[in-house]
Amino acid sequence: MLALDLPELLYYRELLFFLAWSEIKVRYKQTIMGVSWAILQPLFTMILFTMIFGGFAKIPSEGIPYPVFSYSGLVLWIYFSNSVSQSGVSLVNNSTLISKVYFPRLLIPTSSCISLLMDYVLALVILVILMAFYSLLPNVSILLLPLLLAVTFMLAAGVGYWLSSICVKYRDVRFVLPFFVQLFMFASPVIYPSTFVSEKYRWLLLLNPMTGLLDAHRAALLGHKNIDFNGLGISVLVSIIIFITGIIYFKKTEKDFADLI
Amino acid sequence: MLQKEPIIRISNLSKQYRIGLDTTYNTLTESVTNFLKSPLGALRSLMKPYGTIWALKGIDLEVHKGEVVGIIGRNGSGKSTLLKILSRITHPTDGDVFLAGRVSSLLEVGVGFHPELSGRENVYLSGAILGMRKREIDEKFQDIVKFAEVEKFLDTPVKRYSSGMYVRLAFAVAAHMDTDILLVDEVLAVGDAAFQKKCLGKMEMAAEGGRTVLFVSHNMPAINRLCSRAVLLDGGRLVKDGPAIEVTGFYLNSVTEAGALRSWSMSTAPGTPEVKLTSVKLVKENGLPASIIEVDEPLKLNIGYYVVQPHLCFRCAALFYTQGVCAFVSIEPVEYEREAAGHYHSILSIPSNLLAEGEYTVGVSIIASRGVKFRYVQIKDAIAFQVFDSIKGSSARGDYAENLAGVVRPRLNWILSYGGADKTVKDI
Repeated sequence: MLALDLPELLYYRELLFFLAWSEIKVRYKQTIMGVSWAILQPLFTMILFTMIFGGFAKIPSEGIPYPVFSYSGLVLWIYFSNSVSQSGVSLVNNSTLISKVYFPRLLIPTSSCISLLMDYVLALVILVILMAFYSLLPNVSILLLPLLLAVTFMLAAGVGYWLSSICVKYRDVRFVLPFFVQLFMFASPVIYPSTFVSEKYRWLLLLNPMTGLLDAHRAALLGHKNIDFNGLGISVLVSIIIFITGIIYFKKTEKDFADLI
Repeated sequence: MLQKEPIIRISNLSKQYRIGLDTTYNTLTESVTNFLKSPLGALRSLMKPYGTIWALKGIDLEVHKGEVVGIIGRNGSGKSTLLKILSRITHPTDGDVFLAGRVSSLLEVGVGFHPELSGRENVYLSGAILGMRKREIDEKFQDIVKFAEVEKFLDTPVKRYSSGMYVRLAFAVAAHMDTDILLVDEVLAVGDAAFQKKCLGKMEMAAEGGRTVLFVSHNMPAINRLCSRAVLLDGGRLVKDGPAIEVTGFYLNSVTEAGALRSWSMSTAPGTPEVKLTSVKLVKENGLPASIIEVDEPLKLNIGYYVVQPHLCFRCAALFYTQGVCAFVSIEPVEYEREAAGHYHSILSIPSNLLAEGEYTVGVSIIASRGVKFRYVQIKDAIAFQVFDSIKGSSARGDYAENLAGVVRPRLNWILSYGGADKTVKDI
């Protein structure tokens, strides 16, 4: 069943830290803008969406100013989508490591998801400024934020385990992946509230594990409504299932990585 | 005596690789479209046994603690696959591996280095990738930096390093791991001679420290110097296991078309209708041909030829090539007249402590220069052999273990003169 070598993973925990840390370091070193990229990506997306969806399309935003509404969704979404895209191609991008040295391969996609937490935290700074600007205060439910982030991490890592091991065998996944991630955003309540979708099709939206997470994340930060624990429950369940099956599939295919890559 | 448990035990180890990419699909779209186009055909191709190759087949090997074992063989004989299985990078198709200790492997220099990160950061990153704990790296950090000679550039990104510095730092990290078993694959192929020397020195220390080393190399003198034992792989099978000198000698004789002995039948013998070269061989004092020679062994080069036309005047010459140049030529001092027809042998004595370490090829000529100039026989690489120095102290290098240049290395005398008193500098 779950042949996870826990003592070994524990032994290599420092390596997980080093890998994540070097990813952060390299990401910020190689770009002209450096650290500010972590902020600029959600900020520009927010401005664009505010003009298109908030301005022209007049999409409802649960009584919250649209910039804050969309940005609070985008921060979490961008963490999730970047984690999925980067962990998905992480094995293929580290082929020399895989064919020349042994360490638990699970660390490679995991470290991508960990290093991007840094970007999330940085992007959150802008949200604090926006909330201050619109005089919005969170309530006690903000204490749930770490938990929500942990579940999103599990979901992203789980999808990452699936995709990265599939990508070792089928290289075209890496070309299709960005397209699907983009498409998936419009199937998630990032720039529109989940109430925007009519009751008849709401269940479809709820099947998407990001729906409950995005809704709860927004409610926890802005405190404008109560967290829908039913929707969140579904998301947590689906995330855990994807995380565990991801590990199982990864461990099953792992032994052939070095021969295929 | 009670036999101790081996530290490495490999039994019936086999590794199969698939070949023939036309039956397997590398892209998802290809798999899907192929299945849609002809579902039956796709299924059949899945059932069809694909082309396979055994990279390793039925390997049995036991290595005891503190042994240094050289693994030799041609390209594609399975040496690297064996190390990859031992270091758990790839899994065997069949058979078992038992390792009683922590393993570190150095299959490529610079694995896990990131060009954007500084030297200091890369030491930690690649150290962790190779399996070191942070505390361990902290302790060894100064040694690593000192060994690599990069103290001044610790905070420079390694992409600005010279390739020499890069390789030194990368090797230094791996070399400072405290593991029971060290697996090394042809790292000596990179870097300059001084660096190679340093790596060898470090590996000698590892062995002296009681660590078990498996060492893949094409450098036979290095294998002979470092390893007490060697195994020869051929086509994925273990064909010979024994003292390094014997196994490397056997290997060189089998791969170099020209070993230490070469002979021709009368119909294929090089030469002219007047005289034909029939054999060339290099023998040790015991009269046996040898292709691996210690620097302090006297040798004899035996040139055999058949004189068809009586009263022919000529002389034999032997040309010794190494490092791409002719190290020296030795010729018979006069042109003898071979009065009768028949088999002759000209035997050249090569004293001990004349040749340098390395690979030599020997060319043979039979020439006449009195009267009519004529070259009856000229063959450039008749035989090949290797010379190594196990640094016992009795050779020209004495107890000096660093690199020495030169195509010959005669043992000459040194005199130390001080205050009117001369003293011969004796070897130990």
